[in-house]
Amino acid sequence: MHNVTIEAVARVLIPFIQLFGLYVIVHGDSGPGGGFQGGVILGASFILHAIVFGAKAGRKRVSQKVSDILSSTGVLIYGGVGVAAMIAGGMYLEYAALSPGHAHAASHYGIFAIEVGVGITVAAVMATLFFLFAARGRSDV
Amino acid sequence: MTEIILLFLLIIVAFAAVSMRNLVSAGMVLAVYSLLMALIWTRLNAVDVAFTEASVGAGITTVLLVACLSHTGRKEAPRHKQRRMKFIPVVLLLTVLALVYGTLGMPDFGDPKAPANLHVAPRYIEQSQDETAVTNMVTAVLASYRGYDTLGETTVIFTAGAAVVLMLRRRRRAEPKPTREED
Repeated sequence: MHNVTIEAVARVLIPFIQLFGLYVIVHGDSGPGGGFQGGVILGASFILHAIVFGAKAGRKRVSQKVSDILSSTGVLIYGGVGVAAMIAGGMYLEYAALSPGHAHAASHYGIFAIEVGVGITVAAVMATLFFLFAARGRSDV
Repeated sequence: MTEIILLFLLIIVAFAAVSMRNLVSAGMVLAVYSLLMALIWTRLNAVDVAFTEASVGAGITTVLLVACLSHTGRKEAPRHKQRRMKFIPVVLLLTVLALVYGTLGMPDFGDPKAPANLHVAPRYIEQSQDETAVTNMVTAVLASYRGYDTLGETTVIFTAGAAVVLMLRRRRRAEPKPTREED
């Protein structure tokens, strides 16, 4: 199924959707949104690509391996920030302990890091879910 | 006034979604439901919730519903009229009355003396910027004060994705030899 209009529009729209998703993730600390919402938007851009150009073409952009690794990476970033805070002498997920003396900045960057982690996991899982539902029973997606 | 119109539309859309026999259309109508819900959240100044409702409820959920329907079929199975139970409207009415009675005991909307606004909310409003260094209070609560819960949520999403992968993804080896070229 090829539709020139849809393909042309999607080709223009997808980069902007992805840019917006990234903006929502990194801007979560000072505006509405955050890792979850931004991750969903980012995942939706991959889904749009797969709907328009087919699941196989979509998997060329985000391979099975990449999405599998990314979905666990996000959780590991989140948990890793917590462990890093413990190593630095604080409690689990006590962001301020990450850099003693700069509690304010440490808290800000800690929250930023976990938001990015949430965004990565959510985006990868959303894309994976769609690929699996859209092409159930096929081994290539 | 706008809220009342939106809530009425919400009820109409909910009825439409339930009564539709074409499941793809019902899925689309549910997307409209989520979008209306997002508008209501925005009117209530809950922008973060509205954002989630619009992207997850109206976006991803609809896509996944339609993707599932492509495997199960578009039409709802025909209902048997004789098996329709007569007491259901009565149960519905009683439930509505019980829920309305329940709301009578709730504080007014936006009441500053409501228990929910006296417990931890003042601390968040007054000190979250000092304590967490982020200006979005919702993010401060989600990521810092309730950081464990958000970690749990992220783990749930990851676990759900892993479970779907384990159930639906076929290994290349386990696949029988294809008899014809697949698209």
